[in-house]
Amino acid sequence: MTDLTRLSAAALADKLAAGEVSSVDATQAHLDRIAEVDGDVHAFLHVSDHALAVAADIDRRRAAGESLGALAGVPLAIKDVLVTTDMPSTSGSKILEGYMSPFDATVVARSRAAGLVPLGKTNMDEFAMGSSTEHSAYGPTRNPWDLDRIPGGSGGGSAAAVAAFEAPLALGSDTGGSIRQPAHVTGTVGLKPTYGGVSRYGAIALASSLDQVGPVTRTVLDAGLLHDVIGGHDPHDSTSLAEAWPSFADAAREGARGDVLKGLKVGVIAELPDSGFQPGVSASFRAALATMEAHGAEIVEISAPHFEYGVAAYYLVLPAEASSNLAKFDSVRFGLRVTPHANSTVEEVMAATRDAGFGDEVKRRIILGTYALSAGYYDAYYGSAQKVRTLIQRDFDAAFTQVDVIATPSAPTTAFKLGEKIDDPLQMYLNDVTTIPANLAGVPGISIPSGLAEEDGLPVGIQFLAPAREDARLYRVGAALEAALVDSWGGPLLDRAPVVGTRGGVR
Amino acid sequence: MVSEITPELVRHLGVLARIQLSDEEVERLTGQLDVIVDNIAKVSQVATPDIPATSHPIALENIFRADEVGETLTREQALSNAPDAADGRFRVTAILGEEQ
Amino acid sequence: MAKDKLMDFDKALELFEPVLGFEVHVELNTKTKMFSAAGNPAHESNHGAEPNTLVAPVDMGLPGSLPVVNEEAIRSSISLGLALGCSIAPSSRFARKNYFYPDLGKNYQISQYDEPIAFEGRIEVELLDGTIVEVPIERAHMEEDAGKLTHVGGATGRIQGAEYSLVDYNRAGVPLVEIVTKPIFGAEHAAPELAAAYVRTIRDIVISLGISEARMERGNLRCDANVSLRPRAAEGEPAAPLGTRTETKNVNSMRSVERAVRHEIQRQAAILEAGGTITQETRHWHEDTGTTSPGRPKSDADDYRYFPEPDLLPVAPSLELIEELRAALPEPPAVHRRRLKADWGFADIEFRGVVNAGLLAEVEATIAAGASPAAARKWWTGEVLRIANAEGRDASSLVSPADVAALQSLVDAGTLNDKLARQVLEGVIAGEGSPQEVVDARGLAVVSDDGALIAAIDEALAAQPDVLEKIRDGKVQAAGAVIGAVMKAMKGQADAARVRELILERAAQ
Repeated sequence: MTDLTRLSAAALADKLAAGEVSSVDATQAHLDRIAEVDGDVHAFLHVSDHALAVAADIDRRRAAGESLGALAGVPLAIKDVLVTTDMPSTSGSKILEGYMSPFDATVVARSRAAGLVPLGKTNMDEFAMGSSTEHSAYGPTRNPWDLDRIPGGSGGGSAAAVAAFEAPLALGSDTGGSIRQPAHVTGTVGLKPTYGGVSRYGAIALASSLDQVGPVTRTVLDAGLLHDVIGGHDPHDSTSLAEAWPSFADAAREGARGDVLKGLKVGVIAELPDSGFQPGVSASFRAALATMEAHGAEIVEISAPHFEYGVAAYYLVLPAEASSNLAKFDSVRFGLRVTPHANSTVEEVMAATRDAGFGDEVKRRIILGTYALSAGYYDAYYGSAQKVRTLIQRDFDAAFTQVDVIATPSAPTTAFKLGEKIDDPLQMYLNDVTTIPANLAGVPGISIPSGLAEEDGLPVGIQFLAPAREDARLYRVGAALEAALVDSWGGPLLDRAPVVGTRGGVR
Repeated sequence: MVSEITPELVRHLGVLARIQLSDEEVERLTGQLDVIVDNIAKVSQVATPDIPATSHPIALENIFRADEVGETLTREQALSNAPDAADGRFRVTAILGEEQ
Repeated sequence: MAKDKLMDFDKALELFEPVLGFEVHVELNTKTKMFSAAGNPAHESNHGAEPNTLVAPVDMGLPGSLPVVNEEAIRSSISLGLALGCSIAPSSRFARKNYFYPDLGKNYQISQYDEPIAFEGRIEVELLDGTIVEVPIERAHMEEDAGKLTHVGGATGRIQGAEYSLVDYNRAGVPLVEIVTKPIFGAEHAAPELAAAYVRTIRDIVISLGISEARMERGNLRCDANVSLRPRAAEGEPAAPLGTRTETKNVNSMRSVERAVRHEIQRQAAILEAGGTITQETRHWHEDTGTTSPGRPKSDADDYRYFPEPDLLPVAPSLELIEELRAALPEPPAVHRRRLKADWGFADIEFRGVVNAGLLAEVEATIAAGASPAAARKWWTGEVLRIANAEGRDASSLVSPADVAALQSLVDAGTLNDKLARQVLEGVIAGEGSPQEVVDARGLAVVSDDGALIAAIDEALAAQPDVLEKIRDGKVQAAGAVIGAVMKAMKGQADAARVRELILERAAQ
């Protein structure tokens, strides 16, 4: 029943609700798919050994007449940054190898309560630091479009799983683009909610003021359905917003149906000229804008003069907060412990453990962050970066008085080859130039496929940004453009992906 | 603005961060961080004194919880991932440091 | 290690002017911790909890855990700030203080840095002779406590030479308010006494607010004492610059605070007089030897890399809340003392005795538990204080006011006489249980059965046959010998007055 894996989550959910297919069958189909292709893709770090039991339970409850949620019975992949009680949580790091959390992340608990069936934990750059998943301590994930290329990062595993039809839905996290950039390079959909829109409780912290958890899917509607399950206030997360949210699935449906694009003002940032992007990426971006214009949208040039400082500010705020958040990995209460010699002091054990357990990128950022916060440097570095946040927020505020959404390409290039940028950290950081501002400002952002780049045939994504708390607007606009593009393509972009699994391979 | 990243500084930062760095790592990090810091230092140019800092992207205040006992870990749960434990407590090797 | 040279105290004061500063940490007695909903070990219901049974994920830094602020702790902190005469910040934030130590669950402490919740206050501290010293308060801020380390394998459980250490995170996350004074000048010879009186005053305040158990011996109240000396300026000359200060920790009783300050003044004076310099350092007080020793200097001691806590939002108390808490404040200590003195009807010297022994709160609580003022005073400034002095401990740490009141009520009921009651008190102090439990366990109750008494009286009379004659002749005091013999036979467990009555009845037969 391999075509079960080609269904969107919404379509699969409909079949499950109609009793046309069981969750056990759907789950089995995805487990089979994982067995078939994940040897090549390596999206998963851990596959659940009791997914079928969970699926069977959903089927039993449905058969007993119990009223179940919209996505009940649909399989779900979970980024390994989210802690789970029944599967290890490593955050892509050796320092947490085998760690079993005594509590579930809130988004995981809500997913379970909604009847979603966890398939496994997906690969990621270590502690979510990276744009390629090459910094995972467990080996990279490969892009289903071209197995020699990166799937994006830090959430390359979730995006690849969804792009390779190993799961219809996945949970990801986004600190500087870790959901949106992988969506861009894999031809899938990813959304970063307004900061505080989804609980961070149970998401292993990278940068507390930037992290958000969000949906990774193949369609905008699927993202909306998953966002409806996981979003909303959580008393365990002091930074989570208290207000009630509208249904994002409904917003997506509205966008697909109606005249959302007519009269929509779409801002394009003057300070991000086409010359800063790979030609095929800009071309796809411009083509998508043209499609929007054809449907009645108005493209407006806006200025965001401080966006150019975004990457610099980000690479000060993130390492600073991360250096503090990662201090807890010290061999004492959980995780790896390395004892150098018989008479080691606890300080020596801590230092040796962290040296052995952290990869190069993590060490680099911790050292950088320690520097940024240290006595005498705070004002020039961390303090200044927090001021740049204010300036970027003001840029957004000003822009949104003129436009309804802002559009950018989701990243400067298509998927680069594995190993291409790994030795040049600064080059790697520049991948996030369009996605970072949303994290700094706290506004929501979505990436949907805009097409394939002409020069390499690889996927390109278009990013939309909206004011804080206007996530629904992104679902409406995203769904509207998605409908128009898919219509013009004659089918989803992923239909054109090369077939993974012809080489076979077993985990 | 020329950054002041030196091997001595990197070593000191390694101590502050409790990461044992090899000589090779110190040298490599010094070079990489030098380049990175030169690049990110430009934030101080645009961050003038009249601009307030933003530490929370969404402005909230007074987020509290009631003083009621909630879910607590059992001792088994607390110790479940302990690399070493004895007598219901986590065990660490000898500490050199100030008295408690 | 050679013993520190100490200059004679009076001589030290002749040459130098002591300047003091105190950092007092108060453990709040909220039901739950500062940033987690785990039970608070500083709440009396959790006393004696097994290690690592009062731990929530954020207390031990589990991946993915997050802090959430305890509303009651905010109220307690504001009330304390107001009672200290402080202004309450319209908005204050939490900050992370980053350092590595095994008793820190996250390797950072959530505290407050440049935005404390309360600042710029003052309190009046009363010395033994009634002098009032105004102590300026710099700030009071909120933070969380660290866990507890037990060092194993070294001498006497000390960290030096320990083989390994064990960590209990029950205490990690307990709400603390840290009260920091500004430098205190002018205490002069009363500096050591002022130190103890200051701590006692803070203790009285938090007890009257009901926000802390304030038992120093349990660590509910901790004091770090800062001492520096500067040479006395000649008349008309400007004051010398402030001297280098040392901070003394591990001061676990008010008695120790006084001794530690006195010791540091004497130690620093000896060094300065000999031409040496004071090292700015943290020192450790040793109660057994009455000395301080240097703590190990930390390499990153001063670089805590403070930054605003991103997981928590600012605290902005409304004016309504502040006024509500201000209106609920108990009366200031001086007013309170005047009222108690009048209520209790004590003479000046009796009242001073209670105050100077630092037992005002205890006597007050004992009266609230049902004892008469006279009885409460008698026990606390009598037997309890005597035992405290003999053992070198704070009287308040020996026994609870509730137990003292219970003890007195046993005496009032005739179950115990005074002598037996003192034995029971010793048992309670020794930790054998409540007064009733000690009475039952040791079988110390007064025998109230007349039959048993008469039997003992008959036996005693048989041994001293001429006593009855003497009594009948009018020499009533002859009964004394028989009473003594009966009391001895009854092991003191008899009401002497009743024995006397029975003897006289016998004589009248």
